Amino acid sequence: MTRAAWTGTRSPFRRALASLQPVRGELVGAALLGASATLCAIGLLGVSGWLISRASQMPPVLTLGVAIVAVRAFGLGRGFFRYAERLVSHDAVFRALTDVRVAVWSRLEVLAPQGLAGFRRGDLLARMVADVDSVQDLALRVVLPISTAVLAGGVSVAVTWWLLPAAGAVLAVVLLLGATVVPWVTAASGGLAETHSARARGELSAQVRELLHGAPDLIACGAAPAALAAATVTDDALTGLSRRSAWTAGLGSGLGVLLAGTAVIGALVAALPAVTDGRLDGVNLAVVVLLPLAAYESIVGLPAAALAFVRVRASAERLAEIVDTPDPVGEPTNAGLLPAGRDLRLRGVTARWGATGDQVLLGIDLDLAAGSRTAVVGTSGAGKSTLVSVLVRFVDYAGSVTLGGMELRDLEADDVRSLVGLCAQDAHVFDSTVAENLRLASPGADDAILLDVLARVGLADLVGSLPQGLDSPVGEHGSRLSGGQRRRLVLARSLLADPEILVLDEPTEHLDEETAAELSADLLDLTRGRTTLIVSHRLRGLEAMDEIVVLEGGVIAERGDHAALLARNQVYAGRWWQEHEQHEALALAAQRGWSRDHKDENP
Amino acid sequence: MRPLDPRLLRHAQSTKRFLVMTVVIGVLTAAMVIVQAFVLARIIVAGFQQEASLASQRGPILVLAAVVIARAVLAWATEAAGHASSAQAKSELRSAVLAHSVRLGPVWLAGTRSGELTTLCTRGVDALDGYYARYLPQLVLAIIVPVSVIIAIATQDLLSAVLVAVTLPLIPLFMALIGRFTRRQVDRQWSSLSALSGHFLDVVAGLPTLKAFGRAKSQTTSIAQVGDEYRRTTMGVLRVSFLSSLVLELLAMLSVAVIAVAIGLRLVNGSLLLTAGLTVLLLAPEAYLPIRLVGQYFHAAAEGVGAAERMLTVLETPLPMTGLRLDIPDLRSTEIVVANVTVGYPDRPTPALHDQSLVIGPGLVTAIAGDNGAGKSTLMALLMGFVAPVAGGVDLRHPDGSTVCLADLDPDAWRSQVAYLPQSPYLGAGSVADAVRLGSPAATDGDVRRALAAAGLDLADADVLRTLPAGLDTLVGEGGVGLSAGQVRRVALARTLCRDAPLVLLDEPTSALDGTTERVVVEAVAALRRAGRTVVVVAHRPALLLAADVVILLEPIGPAEPADDGDPEVDALALGANAASAAPWTERA
Repeated sequence: MTRAAWTGTRSPFRRALASLQPVRGELVGAALLGASATLCAIGLLGVSGWLISRASQMPPVLTLGVAIVAVRAFGLGRGFFRYAERLVSHDAVFRALTDVRVAVWSRLEVLAPQGLAGFRRGDLLARMVADVDSVQDLALRVVLPISTAVLAGGVSVAVTWWLLPAAGAVLAVVLLLGATVVPWVTAASGGLAETHSARARGELSAQVRELLHGAPDLIACGAAPAALAAATVTDDALTGLSRRSAWTAGLGSGLGVLLAGTAVIGALVAALPAVTDGRLDGVNLAVVVLLPLAAYESIVGLPAAALAFVRVRASAERLAEIVDTPDPVGEPTNAGLLPAGRDLRLRGVTARWGATGDQVLLGIDLDLAAGSRTAVVGTSGAGKSTLVSVLVRFVDYAGSVTLGGMELRDLEADDVRSLVGLCAQDAHVFDSTVAENLRLASPGADDAILLDVLARVGLADLVGSLPQGLDSPVGEHGSRLSGGQRRRLVLARSLLADPEILVLDEPTEHLDEETAAELSADLLDLTRGRTTLIVSHRLRGLEAMDEIVVLEGGVIAERGDHAALLARNQVYAGRWWQEHEQHEALALAAQRGWSRDHKDENP
Repeated sequence: MRPLDPRLLRHAQSTKRFLVMTVVIGVLTAAMVIVQAFVLARIIVAGFQQEASLASQRGPILVLAAVVIARAVLAWATEAAGHASSAQAKSELRSAVLAHSVRLGPVWLAGTRSGELTTLCTRGVDALDGYYARYLPQLVLAIIVPVSVIIAIATQDLLSAVLVAVTLPLIPLFMALIGRFTRRQVDRQWSSLSALSGHFLDVVAGLPTLKAFGRAKSQTTSIAQVGDEYRRTTMGVLRVSFLSSLVLELLAMLSVAVIAVAIGLRLVNGSLLLTAGLTVLLLAPEAYLPIRLVGQYFHAAAEGVGAAERMLTVLETPLPMTGLRLDIPDLRSTEIVVANVTVGYPDRPTPALHDQSLVIGPGLVTAIAGDNGAGKSTLMALLMGFVAPVAGGVDLRHPDGSTVCLADLDPDAWRSQVAYLPQSPYLGAGSVADAVRLGSPAATDGDVRRALAAAGLDLADADVLRTLPAGLDTLVGEGGVGLSAGQVRRVALARTLCRDAPLVLLDEPTSALDGTTERVVVEAVAALRRAGRTVVVVAHRPALLLAADVVILLEPIGPAEPADDGDPEVDALALGANAASAAPWTERA
């Protein structure tokens, strides 16, 4: 139901409205409660006016009984109705919100990671989560205030009309004006101020960002005072603009007060002659005059609703933008069964990121025979990660990729991923425990299995030293672990999943020289006998691979085993010797105790 | 939340003037409210009891119209003045915060996440609009109007005046009591709320990983469950926090009802006149209205106060280096002695440097090596005066025996003697020449070219010209040509080399550079040495370590030091999670 609400061709705002559909019963209830609360306030003043007027004619007290009870009931009712309205509406909105989250999630699940390439940055993700939350504003700040205003305003006009049609008409006109012109003025003056200052704001924002992000450089260069002065000039310009636009800011409030007063004066002008010529009982004069005074309250929430509407619409548009992103990978209509063979074979594979992106892979031929270990090396931008994404069906490809003779695109992507396990470069460590991060790969695994896999990646000591062992929290993004420990944990997770074909994307990225060398050595042992593809920009530690493929600019520049590539003495050999020399030099420096006199060697 | 933080008055001077203006507007508003009730009651009584004609009431109705117009103008003026004052106060706070942040330095900025601070200084501070334009004036009105109205009611009917005067203070009293009784419960539920909201963000960020393990689809149920839990917890908070507004509404409305019934009963037995009764009925709600509005604006105001509070916290953070001495010793002959220094960061359990001692000899190249988290960059920050040690200190020891403590020096004067290349340098928007000249404004084009060449960007080289097509005038940084991390580093290195300072600090100058450029850097370091400069260089890679006179190896402290591997996405995500958890639900005003 709600899953459909966010797809389709309707406007984003309508889709957001549709997401409230499942809780419309509760929302109608909340609107009625809200209107009742407002009507209590209106009724209190109206009935009190009648009560006092009638009492001044000194009737028997009994005749006032109903009015007295009504006044007290209205006095009590407002608070309780408002409280109930808030609880009902918030509960309903949170229910709807869960549905929207699930719907957006289902869509994200299809899109990730390639379709979300443009949304991957942290702030955009956070923004998206906030945009989902803004659906609650749609109900609480837009739909409910408008419904309440229509209901309570309508009842007030009807009652006034029943007492004196002319006064009812005056009230109707004033309320209509207040419900349309005041929100418009409020939104327009706010928007106007925004437009005027947008440029200065943008400029100041850029200067502040530059000042704060570039602070080390600016301070070190003694250039911070000049940068501060420049920001102050822009700040002054912005402040000047804001001060000038301030005078329009209160127009909405002023107009509201003016209209409420107009309603009262209008009622007086209509009612005084009516009393004189007998169309209106004098006892009701106070009611007709006081009702408009209170009735204006029913529409005071509308200017805020107009502002909220603009905000919610923008959020809905951003969400629709994500939801409407086309599927990055086509699923087969008749998915084939997984074949028995496990040989991966690539022929003339080309691929690109997004429908319009540049081709990143330009015709790759590659064989990953069952049980073989292959390394793909190359500088960043050579297409290594794209190749990996093709193999796990995150990216569509042209050409042919077969698994045991079956074309990958004819298989369900989830089935492919059950065989081809990926340990991504940016594999996520969840803000949970060590055990839970591991069990992601194998939900049924018991502690013994987890400890075993941790021991295999060299984390046994760490887990042993943690007070809560396997149940120790790893922190947000694994922040309680060091960079090396994080890499080892995600590696353990991939090993635990025990895929028949293991793909490791930059397993030693972000690690210092020594840690990287250790991990590379361990990797060789861990992947023995398993079909493995290691992608890396570092060459050392890959010497024992069955085949090393050098990727450059989306094509294969060189291939062969380590000895053959060294013998060729081309790209691979050049880079490998360079890394090797550095390593030797480091070892040498370490041997010499890290400190020596330079001058001895270079006279 | 305190309704008016006295620090705000101190740091935003315009607030004082605004308060005075608000009091004037408040007094006028109260007067208009009272006049309106008196005039309206008299017109109604005339119409009802004497069946007065419209013409006979023309005068009073015109007065009423004038009052309505005056009230409209006052309502407008309150907000207009509020917005104007808010603009001024925002500017004052922003300028102060920026200036203080820069003085606090990059280490502090990295700890507080400069992104968050940027938002706070621009969009974040806009929340003050609601505070100035609505909340503060309403707070003033909530004092002036009820008092004036009670006095006005007393002139008509003493009993009603007493009723209002007794019930009115009950409202803030009850609200404070409810607040106190429910605070702990609300706080507890708040923290579980932020955890839930962080969970969704965590799961979205880890989506590719979940998908790789075939667990993404099954997360749908988990998200639904978490959402449900979120709803239950939130409703628990709301049931309690809505109570205070229930009490507010109940007291205000019930008091008016009681007053109305009491007036009615006394009118029946003739002990009160209709005019007085009607006037009181019109005035009574006006006594409660400003207090109800304060409650309504509380939420918007809390945001504004929150933003202001964060700014005031920044302003009250002590500076790392506060010395005043301007007589910097001649660094060409002065030893820099780091003695038993311990540096800690508030967000880390273990110190970044622990009891560290080392000597940097003048005219030598000192390389600092060590694993991630060993404190290499912290040592550089210490030498720049960006962090203050919690123990120990840095001394400048002249050969004649005189010693000056780094902490006693004026930070700007000290830094004028230092050229520093940060670990991740930043190029502002501008030309390459501007970027290089940042630290040496007087440098000629020739100097700039030489510095660029020494940093591996020889503008005579065809390859380099492909990257920087307009030579020195090529625009870089935001809006300029896209430079790789390595190229940015080379431009920044040129900037550092161009600066004629006796002490040169280089934080990982060769990271993200290929082998060829690495050799250029090594040569540049050697050239600095020949020129008699003191060089301190943080290095991971062997080529640079070999070029040093002295290599100092720092050992990491503690077993599980979180590695700072400079992954900006992690930072951004962590920030996002905080931002999201700050507002998991919002109360309807």
